[in-house]
Amino acid sequence: MLELKDICFERSGKKILDHINLKLDEEKFYVITGPNGSGKSTLAKIIMGIEKPDSGTILLNDQDITNKTIDERAKLGIGFAFQQPVQFKGITVYDLLKLSTKKELTKNEACNILSKVGLCAIEYVDREVNKSLSGGELKRIEIATVMARNPYIAIFDEPEAGIDLWSFQNLTDVFKEISKESSGTTLVISHQERILNIADEIILMGEGIVQEFGRKEEVFDQIFRPKKCCKEVKTCGSGR
Amino acid sequence: MEAEDKLLLQEIVGENPENADSYNIRKNGKKLERKVNPNINIVSKEDNSGIDIYVKEDTLFGTVNIPVIITESGLKDVVYNDFHIGKNANIIIVAGCGITNNGHWDAQHDGIHRFYLEEGAKVKYIERHCGLGVGDGKKVLNPVTEIHMAKGSYMVMDTTQIKGVDDTIRTTKAELDSDATLVITEKILTSKDQQAKTEFVVNLKGENSSTHVTSRSVATDNSYQEFISNITGNTKCYAHVECDAIIKGEGQVKAVPEIFDKNVDANLIHEAAIGKIAGEQLMKLMSLGLSEKESEEVIVNGFLK
Repeated sequence: MLELKDICFERSGKKILDHINLKLDEEKFYVITGPNGSGKSTLAKIIMGIEKPDSGTILLNDQDITNKTIDERAKLGIGFAFQQPVQFKGITVYDLLKLSTKKELTKNEACNILSKVGLCAIEYVDREVNKSLSGGELKRIEIATVMARNPYIAIFDEPEAGIDLWSFQNLTDVFKEISKESSGTTLVISHQERILNIADEIILMGEGIVQEFGRKEEVFDQIFRPKKCCKEVKTCGSGR
Repeated sequence: MEAEDKLLLQEIVGENPENADSYNIRKNGKKLERKVNPNINIVSKEDNSGIDIYVKEDTLFGTVNIPVIITESGLKDVVYNDFHIGKNANIIIVAGCGITNNGHWDAQHDGIHRFYLEEGAKVKYIERHCGLGVGDGKKVLNPVTEIHMAKGSYMVMDTTQIKGVDDTIRTTKAELDSDATLVITEKILTSKDQQAKTEFVVNLKGENSSTHVTSRSVATDNSYQEFISNITGNTKCYAHVECDAIIKGEGQVKAVPEIFDKNVDANLIHEAAIGKIAGEQLMKLMSLGLSEKESEEVIVNGFLK
């Protein structure tokens, strides 16, 4: 179980995260959603150790990991797919997957992982993870590096960003599979209804706080319920 | 051949040099071993200043290894090797120098390699340089490569200097006739107080000639590197020069691009990017469980692969 206790994070006088408290259980698929600037990505980065909170505590199965480095947290089972995939000159997709799995990985096994994210594996496995790949390809490789690790806590920061509509359906299937098979916790930051639909629970963030947190059905209504002002406009229109 | 010679040769050639179709091994300024075949002949120059390598025209495939090793502290070896590649011949040449200096005097090798590619010839030239030994005498290497490419010829030059060379000035000059293509990839790693200066001068003389020069270098500690490229396009031609460098510690890299376009149809491009290892790269690898030091090693090794 991952627990965030009273996490605060402030930059340039702005409260990015304002006393966040969350408990995330095993075998559950969580989606964090909310408008841009609501603190979603910062929260994910704080869990991975990329950012340090100004105050508060992070507990992983009751172990305090607040001051642990990124690699220490990775070794404890936290994985993170970056919103902007990182490029490497001279490092191939195969190299990166080998580093991810931390074991001898055959090319066939690497290809299987790539196939899961919708890449025709044999064409990609020996390519360098550099600008010769498109944004969507890099993104899917990034997701594959986290899937290859099968982490206890898997975090995906806006996996849909930069992926074309054709591939998006495929990606949704990937997350459905993760949701079914993962014995750990999956935490996805997303704006996409299809991804929200896969969630067991949804965390709605706004202005640095958790505005809603609960079962998908409950929070879904909160997010997609038509606002009062819109109804009023409709009423005016229908009266003509 | 002594065991340590074999080790040094392995560093340069990457395998047993005697596996090649033909070879010439030079140690401390003298010929050590040589093998030729009906298509590839190696002849000592009359003044003993080097060798001429002749590859017959239409040679379908061949390999030549020309390694040089120096184990004497204080020795300064200058050698002229001329490669005459016949029409439509296709060949792989592996050359380079390894210096083991366990003494107090500087050891130096200046290899001047001149290539004459006839029409349609294809050459893959692999050059590796390294320095070993525990002495405080410097290991100095100053390779000069001159390339003359006739119509439709093609050459790939893959040059690497990964460790232990204290001082180097590397000069490559090339002239290309029509439809000739030259692809150069250079990889250099310097550390401690080492210095490396590398210069590429390419003259695209013939129509549709092209060159692609890629330099990847890493300068660590207090080392200094300088990359100079000078490309001239005289006619319809294409050139792309890319200098990528990573600096660590107090390392310094200077890139000096010079492209001279003498024709409206000459398309010459130069790109240079110098900087430290990107923080995101470190974070990504650390998120896979590698320590910061391990992540740096993976990034640098990949960069210079």
